[in-house]
Amino acid sequence: MMDVRPEIIKIINDSRGNGWVLEPDAKFIFSLYGLDVPKFILARNQSEALRFAHDIGYPVVAKVVSTVILHKSDVGGVVVGIPDDTHLKDVFARFMLMEGFVGVLIEEMVRGVELILGSKVDLQFGPMILLGIGGTGVEIYQDVSLRMAPLLPADVQGMLTGLQAHKLLEGYRGTEPVNKDKLENTVVAFSNLVMDLSALIESIDINPLLCSSKRCVVADARIML
Amino acid sequence: MDLKPLFAPKTMAVIGVSSSNYQHPANVIFTKNLHRYPVRVFAVNPRGGAINGQTIYKSISDISEKIDLAVIAVRAESVPDVLSECIKSHVCCAAIITGGFKEVGRADLQDRIVAIASEGNLPFIGPNCLGIYVPSLVDTFFLPSERMVKPDPGGVSFVSQSGGILVDMMIKFADEGVGLAKAVSIGNKALINEIDMLSYFSDDPATKVIAFYIEGFDRNEGREFVLAAKKCSKPLIVIKSGKSPEGSRAVSSHTASLAGDYASFSSALAQYGVLEAKTELEFISFCEALSAYPQPIDGKVGILTVSGGHGAMAVDACTLNGISVPALSKSFQDELRKKLTQSIAQIASLSNPLDLTGSAIDEDFVACTNALFNMEEVDCVLALLLPYVPGITSDLGSKLSSVASHFGKPLVAYIPHVEKYNMLIEGFELNGVPVSPSIDGSVQMVKAMRRNRP
Repeated sequence: MMDVRPEIIKIINDSRGNGWVLEPDAKFIFSLYGLDVPKFILARNQSEALRFAHDIGYPVVAKVVSTVILHKSDVGGVVVGIPDDTHLKDVFARFMLMEGFVGVLIEEMVRGVELILGSKVDLQFGPMILLGIGGTGVEIYQDVSLRMAPLLPADVQGMLTGLQAHKLLEGYRGTEPVNKDKLENTVVAFSNLVMDLSALIESIDINPLLCSSKRCVVADARIML
Repeated sequence: MDLKPLFAPKTMAVIGVSSSNYQHPANVIFTKNLHRYPVRVFAVNPRGGAINGQTIYKSISDISEKIDLAVIAVRAESVPDVLSECIKSHVCCAAIITGGFKEVGRADLQDRIVAIASEGNLPFIGPNCLGIYVPSLVDTFFLPSERMVKPDPGGVSFVSQSGGILVDMMIKFADEGVGLAKAVSIGNKALINEIDMLSYFSDDPATKVIAFYIEGFDRNEGREFVLAAKKCSKPLIVIKSGKSPEGSRAVSSHTASLAGDYASFSSALAQYGVLEAKTELEFISFCEALSAYPQPIDGKVGILTVSGGHGAMAVDACTLNGISVPALSKSFQDELRKKLTQSIAQIASLSNPLDLTGSAIDEDFVACTNALFNMEEVDCVLALLLPYVPGITSDLGSKLSSVASHFGKPLVAYIPHVEKYNMLIEGFELNGVPVSPSIDGSVQMVKAMRRNRP
């Protein structure tokens, strides 16, 4: 706890009222621990959104940021592969009407295998780390490995081989294999974050964590307090 | 805390003995220890009197000898005062049998006795428990001797949150020939919990395997338990109850939903090398196998059978449990075939499983077991023995056991458990080879020896 940076404590304290940390703030916290996050901006208005999209280049991803909406895709609050200004303006206008609207997160498009990396502070065992097949079907497939934190790189390998779908990560039918070193580093960095913040949080979902042969990127994340 | 006086007391006071109610739990405890155990036992009740010709002391302070273990079976409200008296009399340890504490909403009363005992440095088991059973030494269970089923002395020490499960498992231990070192029912585990017991039994020379029945841990105690387990060189086996998710409690994240209480419990135990038995049958099989063979193996099994069906069922069970049944080379099979008796040499199938057919005799099993233990590819032999086959004699148990002990490799047998086959079964069990009453159970024994490999 002594080691937690003051800006993280401030974000978490400011988020207590909501019960969770907004996505841009969560990504900021992850980036402080060395996790890879997409280039992003929280655009409060259309012109900010357009300017950033031009800077990083289309296509981009747009996600609604709201103090009320926790499951963004359930309400159509996530649009990927936006090709140009016209589409981005339309999406922005639609998001503005959503409940609790704060702004729109504009992000670079990232591709890769969808994993889930999560944590929960268990009453009996303290901080636990979960790693598995992510995406919207995560609770249907339930293909996950669970370990008590803190984790060492060797633990991550064991978690991956424990997955039924681990062949998906080795490069399946022509797809590139996932970069194991990056994934290992990501999980270990996440485990360090969890150990530091365990007294402040209830659970964390990074879903999806997009892993390719080059990067492991936190594409979406929520921190529950 | 020094718990030795708890498990090997020389002197014991039973507090709450009644001079009028002979069925009082304290009376049962006093009487059985007086008659059947070497511990010197003293009865205590403020009203005084006599029981079985022995004085009932009015207070523990009236006993001239120093008391190692005080067994407390008075009303819950009186427990704090009794504990204070025990502390004044320098009692070493206590077992509080009495119920009526946290389990009925009296957390306050439980907190009080914990505070008194901690301050007075008096470690106690319970409350709301049966206490301790150590074969031939001490027995604080309030169950009449003639009703109890006692397993043979052996290597398993069993720690249970539930007294009922403990007594029931003792019956099954006795049934299956699993030997018991010490049994302890920790009840509400107000002061002494699983972690203390783990630490004590880790250093107890009589204990080869530590088994637990656990309902749940308090805050962060699961973490402490597995971290302590990692340092323990003895095999640890846990059976858990209360696995279903806790109703409709709203869960806001995928992780919280997927990593429920039981999922976390089960994963953390496996991560730290604690073997979790998912069913009662597994629990007994694990205890039996690991008390015979505490050393881990990879799990490469050679299967001996006289029936193709039994061999096939065993292979299926092995595959399901991640145990390999390696193929045997042609040269191995040719060599082995020369050693078999003439009547089966041409009809036995010597790939793995080795089906010796219903015409096999003891010597064929001995030859095959020798050959299998001689090869690198196999680290365990599973013998599926059907004693209704005429060539199998009651001596086969001791014959095969001596082969196993010669090689120092694990042998597991399946034999249907009926009385008429007892001599065969005992030939194995009395020579340290575990025997299961089912094919599945025998495969679970092999699984136990793999000690948690995925």
